[in-house]
Amino acid sequence: MDPDIKTRLARQFIESIPHARALGMSFVEIGEGVAELTMPYDTRFVGDPHTGVIHGGAISTLMDTCGGAAVMAHPAGAGGTATLDLRIDYMRAATPGQNVTARATCYHVTRSVAFVRAVAMDDDRENPVASATGAFTIEPSRGRT
Amino acid sequence: MAKRPEPVQQVKERRDRALGALVGGIPYVQFIGMRFERRGDELTATLPFDEKLIGNPLLPALHGGVTAAFLETTAVIELGWQGLWGEIESGRIDAETLTPDTLPRMPKTIDFTVDYLRTGLPRDAYARARVNRSGRRYASVHVEAWQDNRSRLYAQATGHFLMPVHDAPDP
Repeated sequence: MDPDIKTRLARQFIESIPHARALGMSFVEIGEGVAELTMPYDTRFVGDPHTGVIHGGAISTLMDTCGGAAVMAHPAGAGGTATLDLRIDYMRAATPGQNVTARATCYHVTRSVAFVRAVAMDDDRENPVASATGAFTIEPSRGRT
Repeated sequence: MAKRPEPVQQVKERRDRALGALVGGIPYVQFIGMRFERRGDELTATLPFDEKLIGNPLLPALHGGVTAAFLETTAVIELGWQGLWGEIESGRIDAETLTPDTLPRMPKTIDFTVDYLRTGLPRDAYARARVNRSGRRYASVHVEAWQDNRSRLYAQATGHFLMPVHDAPDP
């Protein structure tokens, strides 16, 4: 498949996910094996009401979605994917009021598995908020976009 | 003279009030619609199905990130609950006046690893956490989640947590 078409389909698929929409995610970039998604600060996503810091779960979801997008946009990747495992390291609290942006790279793909690394950042991009590594499935394209 | 046992209703109210204060103050937990049920000190988390939790509209399936968040919240609440249980049962904290604002600090997640065993189906999910080790500074917690059958897990996870620093040093 033409890489541009693949990238466009991956983008359309991710943008159609109800939970990605519920969290207000939007693409900053999508290319061959890479994706960058941003999520606006929203008081509904707060995990610690004392500080207003976003819940780790919302950040995990952003990185998981971003990882899936990177797999789907990889030239050797298939049309569909699911997460096999995901490890998240929380380095620091995201600064309240700032968007959180995740950047995922699909660094290796076999016939069955895609390996992904991701980081999540707020405005201070030099000091990531969280990082993740995961393995994703490569689903047969037939019947799925 | 032996002290009369406390009326059961009073005990239940105190414990449920403490659990409510622990869970009710977290906006994100309300956002995904998570609830907790209590049997004695045992907690079971429930994630009632909602259309907005879908991560793959073609299958359809729950979002893997939602599953991660569900398991992580179950682990943190279990840890927080175990700490709070001792405080309220010993009378060091009065459950009557407990609100999300007066609650002790919660543990912080250091890392969390999720193992996706089966597709999350578009229906309710349940989870329970087991604290494998809880020290003064760190804790290790395992969580299991299922949908229709308790023995067929759809996801499991292990996480490490930084315990809150107590205001007063232990005697």
